[in-house]
Amino acid sequence: MIRINVAESGPTSYIKHHLTNLQVGEGFWTFHLDTMIVSFALGLLFLVPFVIAARRVTAGVPGPLQNFVEWMVQFADNTVAESFHGKRDFIAPLALTIFVWILLMNFMDLIPVDLVAGVASWFGYDPYFKIVPTTDVNATFGMSLPVLALILIYSIRFKGVGGFTKEMLTHPFGPWLFPANLILNIVELLAKPVSLALRLFGNLYAAELIFLLIALLPWYMQWMLGGPWALFHIIVVPLQAFIFMMLTIVYLSMAHDTH
Amino acid sequence: MNLNATLFGQFITFGIFVYVMVKFVWPPIMTAMRDRQQKIADGLAAAEKGVHDLEQAQQKATEINTSAREQAADIIGQANKRGTGIVEEAKTQARSEHDRIVDAAQAEIEQERGRVREALRAEIATIAVAGAGKILEREIDAKAHDELLEKLAAQL
Repeated sequence: MIRINVAESGPTSYIKHHLTNLQVGEGFWTFHLDTMIVSFALGLLFLVPFVIAARRVTAGVPGPLQNFVEWMVQFADNTVAESFHGKRDFIAPLALTIFVWILLMNFMDLIPVDLVAGVASWFGYDPYFKIVPTTDVNATFGMSLPVLALILIYSIRFKGVGGFTKEMLTHPFGPWLFPANLILNIVELLAKPVSLALRLFGNLYAAELIFLLIALLPWYMQWMLGGPWALFHIIVVPLQAFIFMMLTIVYLSMAHDTH
Repeated sequence: MNLNATLFGQFITFGIFVYVMVKFVWPPIMTAMRDRQQKIADGLAAAEKGVHDLEQAQQKATEINTSAREQAADIIGQANKRGTGIVEEAKTQARSEHDRIVDAAQAEIEQERGRVREALRAEIATIAVAGAGKILEREIDAKAHDELLEKLAAQL
């Protein structure tokens, strides 16, 4: 099916087709429906069992679902406790949400690249549909910009407006070089969400692109590269989710503690 | 890079997820885990206390056992003594009874013998008078020889 598509349209348009979002709207007011739908559905996929487990929670003998949820909760709580010194009842659930959500979104990468388009083409449709939300910068910035906002909120809340301003102006070169300090600190502050978002996006986008390139090979060659790349990708998927979570915790603990 | 309004959708989605997680998932699960921790700690403490109690109870049981054995030995000793006493007493009583019966019998025999002797004495006097009468071929006047006969009878 897809081979026919590639033969018809050529590799460039095949890849382009697969890397274009399903969208509505014009210019800035464009909505990537695929990103929004898939990420929301994946969010519900973990949130619903978590809420069910929390509703039925018991201090007695836990069932399998509660066991799993408690394991995840404990994992997030311990990870946060290691680097964040303060109340964890917001940071820990935030960290776990980030981790699980990114993990699930990244795992969409392991769905065969032609599956959605292929199934749709049987029914006569030829839609654009990017199934991996994290290959869309909107999804990655959608998490990293709120993290930036939280960094600012935490900085001001725990250091005060004066303390935060002072840190921005005097750190790291002392008060006499305050313009340089300010520029450096603003760059540092902005680099945090940008690096968070682009690291995740870059990893997943590149991975998806390579899967597409592998899909262009003759069918008898695909397993040779596709297999190892998929295996490698199983490591990348949780790793990227973990890095995003860990850096969020570290950034917030930096904002929380005074230098 | 095509950043666009999708970003706002993602903000909202992310916000909802974090809110639900913070508000509805985290508190009950953390509370349950803390409660369970407490329960387990209490359980372990109770188990330890149970072991301690058991040890104490065993010790007490041993003590009770020992004292009971001592008491039993005491009681048995007393009972033996008492039994011996009763037997002894019974023996004494039996012996005195025996003596009394024997004495009574003896007295009765003595009495009988006296009675028999008296009877015999009277009989002999009569026989002697009859014998003497036969020898003399005539009636002996019993009255005349009464004194003599009395003497004879007393000699028997």
